[in-house]
Amino acid sequence: MTLLMALTIALVGGEIHTMDGAPMTQGTILIKNGQILAVGQDLVIPADADVVQLDGAIVTPGLIDAWTQLGLVEISGVDASNDTRSGLGDLSAFHRVVDSFNADSSLIPIQRVHGVTTVLVAPSGGLVSGAAAVFDLGGPVPISPDVGLVVGLGGQRDGSRGSRFWRLRALFEEALNYGKNKMLFERNQYRNLFASRLNLEAVLPVAQGKKRLFVRVNRRADIRAVVDWAVLNQIKLVLVGAREAWLEAARIAEAGASVILDPTANAPSNFDSIQSRADAAKLLLDAGVPVAISTFSAHNVRKLRQWAGNAVRVGLTQRQALEAITRRPSEILGLDGHGLLRKGAVANFVVWSGDPLEFESTVKAVYIRGVHQTKLHRQRVLFERYRKLNPSSSHNGSEDAQP
Amino acid sequence: MVTRPLGLSSSIRSLASGICLGLILCSGCGLSTPSTKAKKPKPVVVPFQPPIAKEPGAFDAQSVQQDSILIYNATLLTADDARPQIEGGWIRINNGLIEALGSGRAPKIMKGERRFDAKHGFLTPGLVDTHSHLGVYPSPHVWAHSDGNEMTNPITAGIRAEEAFWPQDPGIERAVAGGVTTIQILPGSGNLMGGRGAVLKLHPSRESRAMRFPGAADALKMACGENPKRVYGKGRRAMPMSRMGSLFLMRKTWIAARRYKLAWDTWRKNPEKMVSGVLMPVKPPKRDLNLETLAMVLEGKINVHVHCYRADEMLLQLKLAKEFGYKIKSFHHAVEAYKIRDVLAREGVSVSTWADWWGFKIEAYDAIEQNLALLTESGAIAVLHTDSEEGIQRMNQEAAKAYWAGVHSGVQLSEHDALKWITYNPAVALGVAEKVGSLVIGKHGDIVVWDRHPFSVYAKPQLVLIDGLIRFNSTEKRIPWSDFEVGQ
Repeated sequence: MTLLMALTIALVGGEIHTMDGAPMTQGTILIKNGQILAVGQDLVIPADADVVQLDGAIVTPGLIDAWTQLGLVEISGVDASNDTRSGLGDLSAFHRVVDSFNADSSLIPIQRVHGVTTVLVAPSGGLVSGAAAVFDLGGPVPISPDVGLVVGLGGQRDGSRGSRFWRLRALFEEALNYGKNKMLFERNQYRNLFASRLNLEAVLPVAQGKKRLFVRVNRRADIRAVVDWAVLNQIKLVLVGAREAWLEAARIAEAGASVILDPTANAPSNFDSIQSRADAAKLLLDAGVPVAISTFSAHNVRKLRQWAGNAVRVGLTQRQALEAITRRPSEILGLDGHGLLRKGAVANFVVWSGDPLEFESTVKAVYIRGVHQTKLHRQRVLFERYRKLNPSSSHNGSEDAQP
Repeated sequence: MVTRPLGLSSSIRSLASGICLGLILCSGCGLSTPSTKAKKPKPVVVPFQPPIAKEPGAFDAQSVQQDSILIYNATLLTADDARPQIEGGWIRINNGLIEALGSGRAPKIMKGERRFDAKHGFLTPGLVDTHSHLGVYPSPHVWAHSDGNEMTNPITAGIRAEEAFWPQDPGIERAVAGGVTTIQILPGSGNLMGGRGAVLKLHPSRESRAMRFPGAADALKMACGENPKRVYGKGRRAMPMSRMGSLFLMRKTWIAARRYKLAWDTWRKNPEKMVSGVLMPVKPPKRDLNLETLAMVLEGKINVHVHCYRADEMLLQLKLAKEFGYKIKSFHHAVEAYKIRDVLAREGVSVSTWADWWGFKIEAYDAIEQNLALLTESGAIAVLHTDSEEGIQRMNQEAAKAYWAGVHSGVQLSEHDALKWITYNPAVALGVAEKVGSLVIGKHGDIVVWDRHPFSVYAKPQLVLIDGLIRFNSTEKRIPWSDFEVGQ
């Protein structure tokens, strides 16, 4: 791998959608050491470069799903293979998914062959679920081990949504006070706090506006309340799910908050999402809100391009939809050099046989940090194993490819 | 039609009204005059068919009087093997049925006929979903509306999804807007024998009964695998706690059903006997709603649909079916069907599955994207089902996804084959292929007009007809069908 990384690779003759300007035909991408050296039409190709002919194929940045449980869940119904919840209570700010993430998960290559190169991995459950992380799907090292804190607001089985929101505000206030009086706290001279020190430490940078706050919330009233609170307290807010956010699009845009949503969520699934609509992404974008499209999945993050296609079906342009799974999530998550193709960017990109959002198109190649990824995965191996049936043996008897 | 059992002696009559009210159908009985003499009573026919199934749905195609509609300027994707594709096609729906179709110049307009220019779009049969919980697990998802699983006993064969169906489910019109015209609603898979499903036409309606597909048989929903053992064994330390327990209970119940059927058959053959030279009625066997449903299965009047993921368990279910002499109409979910596709093709059992759902349970871990394609290549009846209020809104996309997954892996199949996964084949699995599922003269006027090829992710229905009635029109302002969505 080290040898490969040191090489310059030149991918020539592609239709390159840099997401940084207009698409270019007959474009070339030069990569070295996992980074993009240059993208352009008339590049000088170094003599020692390994040249890959693209033959007019479409190249886009690697797709980014801004809300997944990838690497946390192997089989949802097998408890010990499901690490999305801290299990340590309603306030779990100290919980970090990075400590649970399994880079060897059989799910990962299955998503990657559909063009997904980068994901946010989110914890779930409780009022404060923990810290989300961002990974490239090519190894165990996170791009961002702590991209922000995840909380959930809205209707509860017991207790009011109001008391839940109050608890969140109190936690943030307490964290700030704790931050100002750490010395007293250490000397045991500070009043009793309702949250533990570990929770307060984790909340502090978020309360100080240094780190993102991801809020899972759907009802308009809750969205309005949390946006106003975030503005007053200078919190970096990302709304997640946000079914009724389109009703407060102007307020959200004004607050500088962004939205991660599922463009297929169009039904009044509960009393927090009565005004769900399929074209919410368009309404939010039109108001100037940055929108990322997500599958909210683990096993089927591979549906990301289909989900973007569905957003086009209800009003987004193809360019907007593609941005919503590349450049926008990168910006929303503050990822440096992800989601677009230009000099200095991370060499995460996908080579497609056609329109990336269409079923007919295939992924010809996926590069993550300049490394060409294998197309093998567990489902592929099973397919090959059963391509021909031989009822007398357990399978067709051919050698299994190694994933 | 329910007739009063006038021809019966008073003792039988009171029995009938007490136990089998509405069940005894006795055509012509009403014409006979009751006699006090010990005359030979007319034989009483007691089918295991409930009166509900005998009544045509409110939208029985034949009974709907309506204008003719002509749709032209479209590519017809017929899902009919005889003529899969018709370029520059037109179709005429009259009185709720397909009256004519063809290519070339559209026929002369008939008096009072409405015309619809498809503008070079595509036309397919209405989509059919063999596995839906619309109405029984409706939106909003609240406990008070969740009526799909009667998890109080692993055997509840006699309950009916139809009787829990909430016709105000906002999911119904969303499915129609996605081109779906016929669905089978099923109880969930918490029980081994979860109850009866029904085939519905997606007309807006005040009750499920009026939506029933005229003449379509009910389903028996069975379930193997993790769900029943989780609900009973893990949840309550009750049987079944294991797959052993599941099969034991199924077998035990079928034995009881066989005995029940025999008792009724015997009684139906000899509903009276001579006592001291007088012909006296014999008391019919006691009615049991669970066993009655199962007896109907044994008589071939109810279709068996089995929730089953693993290949080995499907083989086991096939064995069980042979043991008791019933036929499985479709395996549902069946993510491992590709492993036994030769057997499934040979047995003629259809497979209802997804394009790519997997991994939520260990029995769903071996799913592959080429399942539908491989089944098709092997000659099995492949069906794309949704089991989802989201998936049912884009069945065309799911079929497209599975189609290309097969093609790109070198599996032999055509676009026509894949269209049949969501039209003709599910109609076969539901036993209604004579009436829907392909664009053939005389079939129901269930039509979807798409703005582009339905296998494009961007394709949208422009017009959806059910029994010749326009149920979705993309150019019209949406007025919610569901009262739930009004005024909030």
